[in-house]
Amino acid sequence: MYQNEQLTLSEMKTGQTGTVIGVLGGHGLVRRLDALGVRPGKKVTKISSTLFRGPVTIRVDNARVAVGFGMARKILVEVDKHPSRAS
Amino acid sequence: MMRILLVGNPNVGKSALFSRLTGTHIIASNYPGTTVEFTKGYLKLGDERAELIDVPGSYTLEPDSKAEEVAVEMLKEGDLVIDVVDATNLERNLNLTLQLLERQTPVIVALNMWDDTRHRGVNIDVAKLEEILGVPVVPTAGITGQGIGELVRRLPEAKVSKNARTYSSSDERWGKVGDIVSQVQSLSHRHHRWYESLEDASSHRLGGIVIALLVLFAIFWFVRFAGEGIIGYVAEPLFEWLWTPLLAKLSFALGAGGFWHDVLIGKLIGGEIDYFQSFGLLSTGLYIPLAAVLPYIVAFYLVLGILEDIGYLPRLAVLMDTIMHRLGLHGYAIIPTILGFGCNVPGIMATRILESRKQRFIAATLISIGVPCAALQAMIVGLVGKQGVGYVAMVYGSLFISWVIIGLILNRAVKGFNPELLVEIPPYRLPPLRVIGEKLWLRVSGFIKEALPIVLGTVLVVNILYNLGAFDAIANIAAPVLTGLWGLPKETITALVIGFLRKDVAMGMLAPLALTAKQLVISSTVLAMFFPCVATFVILARELGVRDLLKAVGIMIVAALIMGSLQNLVL
Repeated sequence: MYQNEQLTLSEMKTGQTGTVIGVLGGHGLVRRLDALGVRPGKKVTKISSTLFRGPVTIRVDNARVAVGFGMARKILVEVDKHPSRAS
Repeated sequence: MMRILLVGNPNVGKSALFSRLTGTHIIASNYPGTTVEFTKGYLKLGDERAELIDVPGSYTLEPDSKAEEVAVEMLKEGDLVIDVVDATNLERNLNLTLQLLERQTPVIVALNMWDDTRHRGVNIDVAKLEEILGVPVVPTAGITGQGIGELVRRLPEAKVSKNARTYSSSDERWGKVGDIVSQVQSLSHRHHRWYESLEDASSHRLGGIVIALLVLFAIFWFVRFAGEGIIGYVAEPLFEWLWTPLLAKLSFALGAGGFWHDVLIGKLIGGEIDYFQSFGLLSTGLYIPLAAVLPYIVAFYLVLGILEDIGYLPRLAVLMDTIMHRLGLHGYAIIPTILGFGCNVPGIMATRILESRKQRFIAATLISIGVPCAALQAMIVGLVGKQGVGYVAMVYGSLFISWVIIGLILNRAVKGFNPELLVEIPPYRLPPLRVIGEKLWLRVSGFIKEALPIVLGTVLVVNILYNLGAFDAIANIAAPVLTGLWGLPKETITALVIGFLRKDVAMGMLAPLALTAKQLVISSTVLAMFFPCVATFVILARELGVRDLLKAVGIMIVAALIMGSLQNLVL
């Protein structure tokens, strides 16, 4: 059995989908992300990244959320083995 | 009177619902944070009148920005809450709903964006949701008006839910939300709309930048083309054919001179009325706001309204994020900045969507220094443009350079933190023409109502000061700075002083001075940067407090002194 790959949101490739397993940040960051529905257990799909360490855009349910690069580095995701076509 | 609050996540259509419910039109846009201050209106409930308040959007009842703080404060004073929920994003929205139900205020849920659920493949069992929540749930569509009547009819049924309970942690509440969603919502295949494929292109790494450049170029091109077109084919002919003959008769009746002639019609230039130079209330006082400025206001707000409603601005914010971080801001600060190009006042008010005090100070200061409002821009294009487009570019270039350099400095100098961008990107929407038109009318009529009296007052003040000889006294005092540093004739001080009242009128005062192209570039740059106009001054004081206002103004004066001197040396 494989151990699924764990990456931060910033390391994920565009188009990859995975499950958030943790936010490696302070209470404030966890709370801000939580309010937007980005929290452990949620499926997220990386839609795009921006040049020069700009924000990462992800899809959570029916919403798109842009996350600053520094924050994206603190969000740990277990990437799905087979790229699912979540939409 | 009963006070009803419209509460919900950002960008779920609260403002559109508000307009529908009250018949009072307010600005609604397709990005989170359009409403930063509450708006009041009234609606009829049977025989009674109730007050309806559009509360700024908030994801939770634990605020993160000033706009969200306003929202939480407002909640304490409501008798009834209409919780506006985005039906296409049930899970995240219900988190706020559960928090609202914990309070002892009656709640009714408006399941908004109902018209969007079908093509997104979202099916919601409304009756079941109503049963679980224990409060009425009404599907609505703010844009089309669907369900509004039903919502009003069922308002009296709003109640404090019997099923509500207090959750000990956010996780526990999310658990409950997940439980509700799994019971009431089922997803089926979604149908993509053609413009949704643009969503991917405009957030593509490189494609996004190309699209942003195209959009910005198109904005400038359209505003200039449409502005000039309306002036050349509508505004000027109307003034020439209808107004000039009347004024000429009045001028003749007043004896072509004297105090009243000077105040009403102004000085005749070569025996004729010159709308830029005469400077009477009925000549220049009407011509500047209605013929020189209004066409650009219409053009600018038309484009802005379309961009806002389509939902492009947050995408621009994402692209600009890296650059804006260098200036002590994050990408979302681009939205107040763009609003500032229309008028600095709403731009500075919109800085409330930023999280930290540092960001708000920097953003507000940069807007008042480097972002000329549409009225000032119209006059710059009109006057400096006569000398050649290159000179207009020099003014814009100088302002842009000041904006960047001051931002770089403030980022280091101002204490505080600059949080990272975290924002919801709305789906693209095709706004109905009616909505675009109403919004344009709202802004244009607002400009006429607010600007016209001030412009006329300013022209009057100019005439009185001129007659009293006050300008000569000021001009002599200011002469060393003006001629020594900026290479401007001392008479330009009158324009800089009047700039405190209205910058478009101040630009108009430069017209009779026979300035060289270089002097025009310097004086319009300095006029834009030197000091905020009175409306901006008041809003800066309110948003930043007096201490920070003084700091901001100090920065503006120093920056204008330096920029004007540099231009004088280099050009």
